Amino acid sequence: MTVTVDWYLILAAVLFVIGAAGLLVRRNAIVMFMSIELMLNAVNLTFVSVGRELRDLTGQFAVFFVLVVAAAEVVVGLAIIVSIFRTRATASVDELSEMKG
Amino acid sequence: MTELVLFFIFGALALVGGLTVVAARNPVHSAMGLMLTLFSLAVFYVVQAAHFVAAVQVIVYAGAVMTLFLFVIMLIGVDKAENLSETIRLQRPLVVLVGLTVVVVGVFVAVGGRFAWITGVVGAGPEVNGTAEAIGDDLFTTWLLPFEATSLLLIIASAGALALAFFRPRRREGKEEGAP
Amino acid sequence: MTEWIWLVIALPALGTVFLHFFGRRIGEPYAGWIASATIGSSFVIGLIAAVPFLRGEAHAETVYLFDWIPALGAHAELLWDPLSALMVLVVSGVGTLIHVYSIGYMHGDERFGRFFTYMNLFATSMLTLVLANNFAVLFLGWELVGLCSYLLISFWFTRPAAAAAGKKAFIVNRIGDFGFMIALMLVFTTFGTLSYSQVLENPGELLGAGTATAVGLLFLVGAAGKSAQIPLYVWLPDAMEGPTPVSALIHAATMVTAGVFVVARTAPIYALSETASVAVATVGAFTALLAATIAIAQRDIKRVLAYSTISQLGYMFVGVGSAAYVAGMFHLMTHAFFKALLFLGAGSVIHAMADEQNMNKMGGLFGKMKITGWTMAIATLAIAGIPPLAGFWSKDEILGTAFEKGGFYYLLWAIGLLTALLTAFYMTRMFILTFLGKPRWAEGVHPHESPRTMTVPLMVLAALSVLGGLVNTPFRLGLEHFLEPAFEGVELAHAPEGALLWILAAVSVLAGVVGILMAAALYLGPEERRERLLGQIRRPWFAMENAYWVDQMYGRTIVIPGKKLSIWAAFTFDNGVIDGIVNGVGVLVQRLAAALRPLQTGLVRNYALVLAAGVVGLVVWFLSSGGL
Repeated sequence: MTVTVDWYLILAAVLFVIGAAGLLVRRNAIVMFMSIELMLNAVNLTFVSVGRELRDLTGQFAVFFVLVVAAAEVVVGLAIIVSIFRTRATASVDELSEMKG
Repeated sequence: MTELVLFFIFGALALVGGLTVVAARNPVHSAMGLMLTLFSLAVFYVVQAAHFVAAVQVIVYAGAVMTLFLFVIMLIGVDKAENLSETIRLQRPLVVLVGLTVVVVGVFVAVGGRFAWITGVVGAGPEVNGTAEAIGDDLFTTWLLPFEATSLLLIIASAGALALAFFRPRRREGKEEGAP
Repeated sequence: MTEWIWLVIALPALGTVFLHFFGRRIGEPYAGWIASATIGSSFVIGLIAAVPFLRGEAHAETVYLFDWIPALGAHAELLWDPLSALMVLVVSGVGTLIHVYSIGYMHGDERFGRFFTYMNLFATSMLTLVLANNFAVLFLGWELVGLCSYLLISFWFTRPAAAAAGKKAFIVNRIGDFGFMIALMLVFTTFGTLSYSQVLENPGELLGAGTATAVGLLFLVGAAGKSAQIPLYVWLPDAMEGPTPVSALIHAATMVTAGVFVVARTAPIYALSETASVAVATVGAFTALLAATIAIAQRDIKRVLAYSTISQLGYMFVGVGSAAYVAGMFHLMTHAFFKALLFLGAGSVIHAMADEQNMNKMGGLFGKMKITGWTMAIATLAIAGIPPLAGFWSKDEILGTAFEKGGFYYLLWAIGLLTALLTAFYMTRMFILTFLGKPRWAEGVHPHESPRTMTVPLMVLAALSVLGGLVNTPFRLGLEHFLEPAFEGVELAHAPEGALLWILAAVSVLAGVVGILMAAALYLGPEERRERLLGQIRRPWFAMENAYWVDQMYGRTIVIPGKKLSIWAAFTFDNGVIDGIVNGVGVLVQRLAAALRPLQTGLVRNYALVLAAGVVGLVVWFLSSGGL
């Protein structure tokens, strides 16, 4: 029995769904953020696996750029969370519902 | 054979880590779970000959990004167990419903077996080897422009983070800000 | 010099802008001198540019400035031909004199600078109108002079009468402009362009007789509005609420002649339609007679002159309607001289009498105001048609041409002759009531001669009123040769020659003299006789004094129903139907929004859930619709 690309893809899909579920279920902004990171990593895994299957290095470049963008996103996102916390003293997104109709 | 063993060990670890992220009451535990998953994925990258990406994964993600996460968790003091009971009505059942749909679709696709995961020419040419040299060669030729663009993005992100850090909410006299 | 002709417009425009921003700061009298200098420079430039025409060696030239509306064939383009040259010289020449006069007349007015801003704007607009090389630019000037007329009539807007008069002038002119606009549309649909050079070159090619008549009649509607002809003349007498120099410049010498100018300009179109030409002449003749009879019985000195202006404009319409375009333009020119003089003289009198305009409270002013008196006497004789003054030559040419045409025009000639008699009568009456007889001044009024800035223009205009007619006498047809190139391809009607000329001239001079003598006998003679004679014609006199109640009739038949319709539209229709629809749409949107509002919970996770559900739904759809 050899490990085929399908296995990796299924693993990535499961991780992605776990991340998505975390995003929907948790209300701590930091945990939600981590869930998003989880989803991004799941996608990265698919890039690498498919790139290997196709004998193409492009998949790894995609991972590289996703990584950079994710890093930038984390920096700004966490800064936003910190500044929200400074004004509201909470990290719960449910309490940020001023935009309610 | 090695790959098979590694897949099962680190696949299981990755799933455990992922579930920990979602299910842990304490955000610090969530962060640890995420770290576990990240390491497991790094192993998979090595297995799939993406050496450079694996290294970056460990250094940037598991190193820098996770440190940042933990730092923020400590800074704003949410490093204790929190109540996980749902407050939004119907949120949990609907999440379960959506999740079940995904599972059903996934099973259907997997069992059906007629779904082409990968379209394109498979297995032509030599195996890829994502060494730092191979990546660097292409990165500074083919991908130079996007690469430079990411440097700009990083500068903007750090400037944005600084701006947000210096931001002080103005106190409005006598008025609770943002009351609905 | 021709390529610089745009300066004629640009200089007063520059003055307008400058005075608009700095007029108040500069103040008296420099704002007035600046305004006079700009229009004076326009006159000088126009004069230099007209020299080739005077020598009879140049052709009409167009001066292209820039593209404006290419789709209409309307570029910012000026036409410099003898006709526009004549108009430019009259407008800027008389305009300069009136500007200078205004410096004295408007002395002490707190909006001195603003007055000259408007005056310069008017000069700009009028010169644009006459220099246009296409109907679009013409219309631009046409509307702008209407605006200036409005602004200047209601210059003293704190007086309700002045404000109302400005409104009336504007609205009545709009009626005329409506016809004018339709005429332009008709021209455009027929020719596909508004450019003179293409429309007027040979209009017969594209313009059928019926369309020509329609265009001619519609231009007549526009011209009747601007030039105060039946039935749209009612605004001009009320326009006398404006300052007197305004009456002289806009409502006697220049703007009101724009209608005559337009008919002359579109002569090739009128040449195609006998009906339209006859209509122009007929309207002119009847307006001349009607206005003259009203002028007889007026008490207000400016109203006499206003109706006189209407009457004289009627003459010009008879001229251009009889295809005697040169005669019409000739009368336009001489009328500009003597009517401007009459208005300025009247202004001088009003100034001296401390703003009294009722002639019954004047009299005996001759001794106090020698210069005003003499110049007014000259103007009176000129308009009465006494040779060799200016009015005689031009009026006689119009009457002679009408007689020469014969047929229906005999009637118009007779009306013109009667009008000439009446003109001589009412002008003499005005002169006698104002300057001769015993003083009937109100208490505390001390008449005095006006300052030099006012009397010098009077004297210049008096000289022009004496000599102006000599440019086109039967002995030497100077103006006719001058203007002929502008009417190439149009058959011009001419005054008769030989014995008939002398007989007709004698008849019309006789009419003038009879008019003068009748007025002199009536108003210089014993008072009882006048009372008795006027008593016998009390009822018609009363009707004439009230201008035949035309205003009241218009009020009953048009204004009041119009107001009622407006009130209904504003309060019943608009509030009920229009607002109802608008409010209904608003309420509908509000209800819908209220129903959808709960969807926006403000909870990020809710939105994320919807997003996820959407993505999953799409995936399911893709797979089920062919992916599997």
